[in-house]
Amino acid sequence: MSSSTINQVAGRQLRKKTSFKQSVSNSLTMAYRGVLKIRRTPEQLFDVTLQPIIFTLMFTYIFGGAISGNVQNYLPVIIPGILVQTVITTSIVTGVQLREDMDKGVFDRFKSLPIARIAPLAGALLADTIRYTIATVLTFTMGYIMGYRPEGGLSHVVLAALLVIVCAWAISWIFAFFGVIARTASSVQGISMIVLFPLTFLSNAFVPADTLPNWLQWFVKINPISHLVTAVRDLANSGTVGWDLFASLIGAAVIVAIFAPITVRAYMRRT
Amino acid sequence: MSIQNRKEATANSEWAIEARGLVKNFGDNRAVDGVNLNVRAGTIYGVLGPNGAGKTTTIRMLATLLKADEGSTRIFGYDVAKDPHIVRQLIGVTGQYASVDESLSATENLIIFSRLLGLSRAESRNKAAELLEEFGLTEAAKRPLKNFSGGMRRRLDLAASLIAQPPLIFLDEPTTGLDPRTRNQMWDTIRRLVKTGSTVLLTTQYLQEADELADRIAVIDHGRVVAEGTVNELKASVGTSSLHLSIQNPQDIQDARQTIEQVLKVQTSISSEIGKITAPMADADKVTDLLIALRQKGIRLDEMSVQKPTLDEVFLTITGRGAEDDASKSSNESDKVEEERV
Repeated sequence: MSSSTINQVAGRQLRKKTSFKQSVSNSLTMAYRGVLKIRRTPEQLFDVTLQPIIFTLMFTYIFGGAISGNVQNYLPVIIPGILVQTVITTSIVTGVQLREDMDKGVFDRFKSLPIARIAPLAGALLADTIRYTIATVLTFTMGYIMGYRPEGGLSHVVLAALLVIVCAWAISWIFAFFGVIARTASSVQGISMIVLFPLTFLSNAFVPADTLPNWLQWFVKINPISHLVTAVRDLANSGTVGWDLFASLIGAAVIVAIFAPITVRAYMRRT
Repeated sequence: MSIQNRKEATANSEWAIEARGLVKNFGDNRAVDGVNLNVRAGTIYGVLGPNGAGKTTTIRMLATLLKADEGSTRIFGYDVAKDPHIVRQLIGVTGQYASVDESLSATENLIIFSRLLGLSRAESRNKAAELLEEFGLTEAAKRPLKNFSGGMRRRLDLAASLIAQPPLIFLDEPTTGLDPRTRNQMWDTIRRLVKTGSTVLLTTQYLQEADELADRIAVIDHGRVVAEGTVNELKASVGTSSLHLSIQNPQDIQDARQTIEQVLKVQTSISSEIGKITAPMADADKVTDLLIALRQKGIRLDEMSVQKPTLDEVFLTITGRGAEDDASKSSNESDKVEEERV
């Protein structure tokens, strides 16, 4: 039993709190765990691979003629819209999987380890950025195949992609919160869809806001999703950076600032 | 409760666990109702009780997994409520249900826990290999845990608790659901653990397990400690083993009872089975006299067995009533396996 010789209490350096460095390193280890899990069960990536392909094809050909006269002119409008919608819908999965994961015994061990309390959550959320990246790349690729040629150039498209991934990560904290407080995984799915459906469809993602009735325009214009969609369009289609980009980033920061602490607290309180 | 040598708790004290008046309510259900425990460093402490007695809830409160509604706990002198992070650096917890990641392999599990505990990548790999070797899991190291047997999973679970070489280890029903052979292996592992200087607190439904392993035992029922002491103290309070005799010819039964009462000088009873006599066996040596006496009277035996006190009898003696739920019934059955046929 050489490896199991016990270090007695006196010989230990005991720390009262986790340092920031330790929190980051713990979260990265938990993210590594998430990546391993994705690699073990690749079938859970079906949604992020199929949804961008199906939605992009469907919406472009259904709405293209009606909204922009033809499909070609609609692509610069719809691709950023679909991108935001798809990636943010994907972030619901984070909450659902977190709920399923937490019901397993391994979370008891995480709780009993001297690690940063935020790490199991932050790690899971970080690992899920892989899903967002897959969805983003596939959406842009589908657009490209259908004839979308963003004028902002590759570098701005990459920036736009990063923006969407960062915002989806921030929004996933909301669903992580639902995941922590909900009783079952399917109820997480239910609550999240109810929140997300109006938000993504009552935005400028699919149609120009000025075609809507006035009262709806008011909502569409303050909807954070609209700002994000506009920011992506500016970057990808013209390579410009506007107020919408900052609005999106500020929104993302606010969401994390509110939901990360309450999610961690709810997680700690759960038995 | 033992109250000798109670001293003001200081850091790194001789007490691994000092729990005072722990209470936990789940809604209207008072799961733990004022539990006191003192566990001396370097010993194995058994918490014995049927399902639903509050064992797991108690262990979860001691191990910082659950906040107590009332009462306080010190682990090596550190308050669980005030310094949970320090306490977590001193304990290892192995839950009732394997607290390892089902979708990953054994190696990956151990590497992730090692990394979380601050080991470098290379150190983690070495540690994982070392522990797998030690727990006889090397061959299964790369397989996903889904294909692991219950015993392998428990061993991996225990291995994961030992990465940081914690001075205090909580084991929640470490052998429930294991076959007798695997159970013995687990017991050996636990004994070796204590030899290396660790303190172990384990919960169990099996009197035999507590008997085999624990230095001291607390019997817990309905969230309360109903008895506490060394194994011998507890056994003495429970009473003696009982002798069961089946008589071949039912007409001899009164004769046989008289003989037993004369020779062993105890009260006998006839159990529901026809021709079966039960008597407490205080002195095993006198059974020889009894057998000779029975032979001389020409009373032929069908079967004879000695039964150790079951958990049910422990409860009957201590609480004045039997352990009620189904779980304890199944544990009685397994205790009966000990019944020694002569």
